[in-house]
Amino acid sequence: MSNGFHIVVCGSLVPDPLQTLQPVMGASGLPELKSEMMLPSVLDPWAGHALFEAAHLAAKTPESKVWLVSAGPKARLQQLMMTLAQKVPFELVALDGSASGFTDASSVAKSLSEAIEGIAGLDRSRMLLFGGCASASRDAGATMQIVGERLSIHDQFLAVDELDVENDGSLRILERIEGGQYLESVCEGPPAMLGWATGTLPEPKNNPQVGMMNMRTIMPALQRAQSVSVGAGDSTFASVEVPQQRRETRIVKDLPADEIARELVEWIRS
Amino acid sequence: MASILYVAHTEADGTLCKPALEALEAARQLKGSLGDATLTVGLIGHDVQAAADAIASCGADRFLAVAGSEFGVSRYGSDALAITELVKASEATVILAPATSRVTRVLPGVANRCDGCIDTQVTGMSVEDGQAQIQRWYYRQRMVATLTRDQSPWFLSIAAGVYDAWKGDTGTAQVEILAVELDGGATRTRVIGTKATDSDTQTIRPEADLLLVAGAGWTKKQADGQTHVPDAEQLLLEFLDSTQASLGSSKSLVDQDAEGQAVMGFLSHMNQVGQTGSTPRHPKGLATCCHGEEPHVVGWRFINQRRAINMDPNCSWAQGKADVLYVADAFEVMKKVNDLLSKG
Repeated sequence: MSNGFHIVVCGSLVPDPLQTLQPVMGASGLPELKSEMMLPSVLDPWAGHALFEAAHLAAKTPESKVWLVSAGPKARLQQLMMTLAQKVPFELVALDGSASGFTDASSVAKSLSEAIEGIAGLDRSRMLLFGGCASASRDAGATMQIVGERLSIHDQFLAVDELDVENDGSLRILERIEGGQYLESVCEGPPAMLGWATGTLPEPKNNPQVGMMNMRTIMPALQRAQSVSVGAGDSTFASVEVPQQRRETRIVKDLPADEIARELVEWIRS
Repeated sequence: MASILYVAHTEADGTLCKPALEALEAARQLKGSLGDATLTVGLIGHDVQAAADAIASCGADRFLAVAGSEFGVSRYGSDALAITELVKASEATVILAPATSRVTRVLPGVANRCDGCIDTQVTGMSVEDGQAQIQRWYYRQRMVATLTRDQSPWFLSIAAGVYDAWKGDTGTAQVEILAVELDGGATRTRVIGTKATDSDTQTIRPEADLLLVAGAGWTKKQADGQTHVPDAEQLLLEFLDSTQASLGSSKSLVDQDAEGQAVMGFLSHMNQVGQTGSTPRHPKGLATCCHGEEPHVVGWRFINQRRAINMDPNCSWAQGKADVLYVADAFEVMKKVNDLLSKG
């Protein structure tokens, strides 16, 4: 029997963080971003860490495999894959639907879990479900737990920075908790859900060979991407706005360091 | 009539943490605004009586709890069973809980088990036409929405630092202990305990009065054309030692480690604030040598009083975002600050 992991990573695209984001109320009464389809996008940062950790674990555990399940507008997913495909080996499962942050976590989780249930050859007894601890769009930190619940995975971990596989096959996991501390747990083994924080790995360099290998499966996956209806659930939005708070900044120039220090210490102690 | 369930877990010493008391205040205010609502307290922990007694006068109509050694630890499987039982027993329509790491991990799964809906990191609540509305942020604190839901039960985790912590007299609470059977599946995970990070220095400390943000400027060439990273490390560590401040860092400084550039040894991604880091809440914040645009500056969006030291008077980290910007050499100023702090 194989000891490898079947690692399913959930992750999608978010607007490039350097873009200016402006919310507008859409025709359906749900908020959306102005010119959303035109915004350059990147892989959701924490989901990216999850993918890189998954690839690293798969590389050092024989007979392991990584799937990336990604929901977003098909054309934008294709653009994203042009850069992502060169990073690490994975098989794409694409879902054609909204990647808006205003969609409901439960709605997204339903689509993702149904897609995972449909993955051919996935052994759920060996499955590790990976994702980011929160998305940079919805920013709820809820989707992965609901996907896990829907797949009957009851060993769940959030804000994970480290995963070690022990000799007996158990999983030693460090989760971020309050006060700059980690919670250390040991899980008997898969299946488990891990919502990653930053992990411990840097972003891999582009590898054209990996890119060519991935693209053989990515393009067909995009072509057969199922259309999914991802909505905002029963949420009714009264307003969405960018805070316009601007402070009157007092600029202090040409003040000796002694004076600045004195002023700062008084402020700190006040 | 709305039935509000306030859920919290006890700490290792049997008390409730500050964010838990803040969420209790939020629950009390919601009950008051809704008028005809009931409030049930639901506690989880090894031994919950002391915590229940500490909030006995909070105005709750009922105290429920799931207690025992298996519920004294933070574990998804046992926590999910416990909270699901509390929701069923209370027949709650709205569930409020503090957005601690333990609650944040388990609450979405419980919402799914209870066929409910969930909103997390709620930063405000109000009542319009008899219906509760919440505020929460999207796109990493870049925009705020006000919304409501029809679905019930509605699970809400309350962000820390938004509400005042509840204060009141202690008393004797009549706690109904619910029986929850843990099957083997709920205990496949064994909690070992807490562990400090490899970093020697504190990172984000929620209780601290001050956040010190260190920017990439600390590792850049200074006026003499050289970098002075060891000096920067010493200045920052001395300051942290004197003030017990939280330590945050801009992404650019943290990323230098992965890029092979000079970096301060005590900084890690745990210190990172901003769009891809944390957005801590502290009364005061001092940013030093920080540069950056809006996505990075959200790291101190929830700091009340903000000051910055920077050589660039037009620095976008500070202009319009800080109360005071000192245009000065941070090395020189922080050395003087440390000297003054050491004199008591």
